[in-house]
Amino acid sequence: MEHAVEVRDLEVRRGTNAVLHGFNCTIAKGAVTGLLGPSGSGKTTLLRCIVGVQKIQSGTVHVFGEPAGSPNLRRRMGYMTQAPSVYADLTVRENARYFASLYGVGAKQADAAVTDVGLGDAATQLVGTLSGGQRARASLACALVSSPELLVLDEPTVGQDPVLRNELWDRFRALAAAGTTIIVSSHVMDEASRCDRLLLIRAGDLIADDPPAAVRATAGTEDLDEAFLRLVLARDEQKAGAH
Amino acid sequence: MSPRLTLITAARILRQLRHDRRTIAMIIVIPTVLLTLLRYLFDDQPFVFDRIGLVMLGVFPLVIMFLLTSVAMLRERTSGTLERLLTTPIGKADILFGYGLAFAVAAAVQGVIASVLAYWLLGLDTLGAQWLVVLLAIGNAVLGVALGLFFSAFANSEFQAVQFMPAVVLPQALLCGLFGPREEMASWLKAISDVLPMTYAVEALQEVGRSVDPTGTMWRDVAIIVGCILVALAAGAATLRRRTA
Repeated sequence: MEHAVEVRDLEVRRGTNAVLHGFNCTIAKGAVTGLLGPSGSGKTTLLRCIVGVQKIQSGTVHVFGEPAGSPNLRRRMGYMTQAPSVYADLTVRENARYFASLYGVGAKQADAAVTDVGLGDAATQLVGTLSGGQRARASLACALVSSPELLVLDEPTVGQDPVLRNELWDRFRALAAAGTTIIVSSHVMDEASRCDRLLLIRAGDLIADDPPAAVRATAGTEDLDEAFLRLVLARDEQKAGAH
Repeated sequence: MSPRLTLITAARILRQLRHDRRTIAMIIVIPTVLLTLLRYLFDDQPFVFDRIGLVMLGVFPLVIMFLLTSVAMLRERTSGTLERLLTTPIGKADILFGYGLAFAVAAAVQGVIASVLAYWLLGLDTLGAQWLVVLLAIGNAVLGVALGLFFSAFANSEFQAVQFMPAVVLPQALLCGLFGPREEMASWLKAISDVLPMTYAVEALQEVGRSVDPTGTMWRDVAIIVGCILVALAAGAATLRRRTA
């Protein structure tokens, strides 16, 4: 099967410290891949590489067989940054319609995306007056408007109440079932179980790349939080042993 | 570059402005209040107002638009929306020219209102046509827009952005011939003044003030202003980086 994303020997430095060093991974088409790891592990940097806005030192990142960031890819991709990047001095609807029009998508589809993220009632409200969670959903709506083949979502469910979070995940699953490739970062482990595959990252190292069930099995625990911890410790021991 | 994306971006920026009523009010009120002050400062010397007021009709909008656009562009960068835009099909020039166009509309409103006030309420008198003065006032404001967008690229914070105003605009105001004829400046000062765009913006207004018909010098100045606007916008687009560290 052809991969949606292929990362080879990726080397990224931000400032003086290496965020990713010789990072390799592949991401499957039409699936939800969860990028998990603590804050500062390199999740956002990897996502920025995939959407093509990160300066890289060496290595390659390919999306649908093309180098990441190439102009053709920009029409096929939706990106939601970690900090909600929407215009605070526009309404939710105006934001969605603007981003939609950049892809040549009409107002109707933009309004539908606003409803899809549960902001139908707040559509005419200025983004600046919304709560943090609502703002994040407005930002998500702007990533969904163009019905992209690849959705890159950096912590889309932070600050959402559990019911809404559940609805958003139902939405992601439905999109993936229809063929959309979704890469979603999170540091909430209970979301991990809803992914098809997990990439566990710590300090720029890939410490697991498996379906959730396999991660649990390898670590020998049902609890993904605990599983992550065990994998990290095992990795540290392995590294210590190598020295 | 795509005219469609430039236009929808300009429309988006105007929509943002529309939600900010106080900024709109200030765009209109500030130059009119300043011109009124100037008028009554030279109450018994109407000829002085005809000379200085005319030039200020260009300088005030330039300064205001410079500040507005440099902060607006900085916001686009620091809010993350620029990074997001650069992952969409929009081109860098579309973004910059969209900004230029949107603020040119605001500048046109400002230029028309300030000129109407200066002529009909403050008694400004020029030998040349009034519509030329309006046009030059707008041109000056758009020059401010383009310079603001360009210099915004070198600012990392609002603190830095606002300081580019005194750094970039004040030297031009000092050397443009407003405080004394350029011919009387030391040759090195005149040489600097020769390469600053505001020199030509002010000269064009002065030409309209003292000649009944548009002069060749004025048209040359207009061409220089338009050239500077286009170069500043293109250079501003070139400073946008799709990939950042």
